Amino acid sequence: MMLLPHPLVTVILTLLWMVLTGFTLGQLVLGVLAGILGGLAYRRITPQRIIVRRPGAIARLFGRVAGDIVRSNYDVARLILAGGRHRRRRAGFVRIPLDMTSPNGLAVLAVIITATPGTAWIEYEPRNGQLLLHVFDLIEGDDWVRTIKSRYESLLMEIFE
Amino acid sequence: MSATILSAVLTVSQICLVAALVLAVMRALRGPRAQDRVLGLDTMYVCAMLLLIVTGMQHGTVYQFEAALVMGVLGFVATTAMAKFLMRGEVIE
Amino acid sequence: MSHLAQIPPVIALLIAGFVALGTILTLLGAIGLVRLPSFYERLHAPTLGTSWGAAGILIGSMLMFSTLGSRLVIHEVFLGLLIMLTTPVTMMVLGRAALHRDRAEGHPPPGTEGPGQPLK
Repeated sequence: MMLLPHPLVTVILTLLWMVLTGFTLGQLVLGVLAGILGGLAYRRITPQRIIVRRPGAIARLFGRVAGDIVRSNYDVARLILAGGRHRRRRAGFVRIPLDMTSPNGLAVLAVIITATPGTAWIEYEPRNGQLLLHVFDLIEGDDWVRTIKSRYESLLMEIFE
Repeated sequence: MSATILSAVLTVSQICLVAALVLAVMRALRGPRAQDRVLGLDTMYVCAMLLLIVTGMQHGTVYQFEAALVMGVLGFVATTAMAKFLMRGEVIE
Repeated sequence: MSHLAQIPPVIALLIAGFVALGTILTLLGAIGLVRLPSFYERLHAPTLGTSWGAAGILIGSMLMFSTLGSRLVIHEVFLGLLIMLTTPVTMMVLGRAALHRDRAEGHPPPGTEGPGQPLK
């Protein structure tokens, strides 16, 4: 177990090695070696183990995020095209109080929010759990707090805490 | 017939990606502030990477892929380092 | 031209559709980068190119090379993962840097004054 502090990292690195070099027995040995070394090096960076729990919740989260990204891509593309004609769009900052404290969960939430066009993660204050978001189009009212918390945070807390 | 359409789409796609690259360079040159320039450079990296992939598709070779991978990693490291420099005035602390 | 002719017509049109979608989104992102008025709005534009812009082109490439059978499709998966995971980090660091600079100069954008204190 000491040899593999982060099994997920090791597996992904080995797979990447095999993909980039081609499959032979010698490369497999080298790839596994690189994966183990990478896992050991990764332990120096982050002390917390990444444990994959609840694959059902992860699949649900993935589907939800994929759908949201498609929808917001369409919205933002339309807004950019219409941008010059009517300026009813209002961009601005939103503060969201988060209940989640797990660093891994917060990291995944940051990736989700920033990968979705139309919302950008600007700053997180760990002392009071306040997140500062920049939203491209505030026109739909101020239910951003509820959207983020109910759509993503609850599922992420289920997965990581 | 379909091969002609696909070939045409790939060519137009290359032209559009070059246009996107030029727009990103324009933003990087125009500024007005340092963070705008860094954002322009980052977009430029992504456009160049996609351009490599489309070129690889047109020529039917797979060797562009490793180049695209390297470009992605380099773009990430460069942009993050520049953003960190903007924030603290130094890269490694 | 020879390798393009080997692809079945339906799949060729599908590839063309995905590549066109990805290219249009990337171009729109770049147009937004030039046209939008403030930095924080411009921060949203490139994510168009890196989310579905890149995904469209990568799916097209995946379809093409797996039909031609020249290699496994897993290359594109790795490249997509790389883009998906690194772009948010870049944007986040850049957004924080911009906010930090605005605060250091004494005029933070409206809505950011509040309880959030300058970074340590």
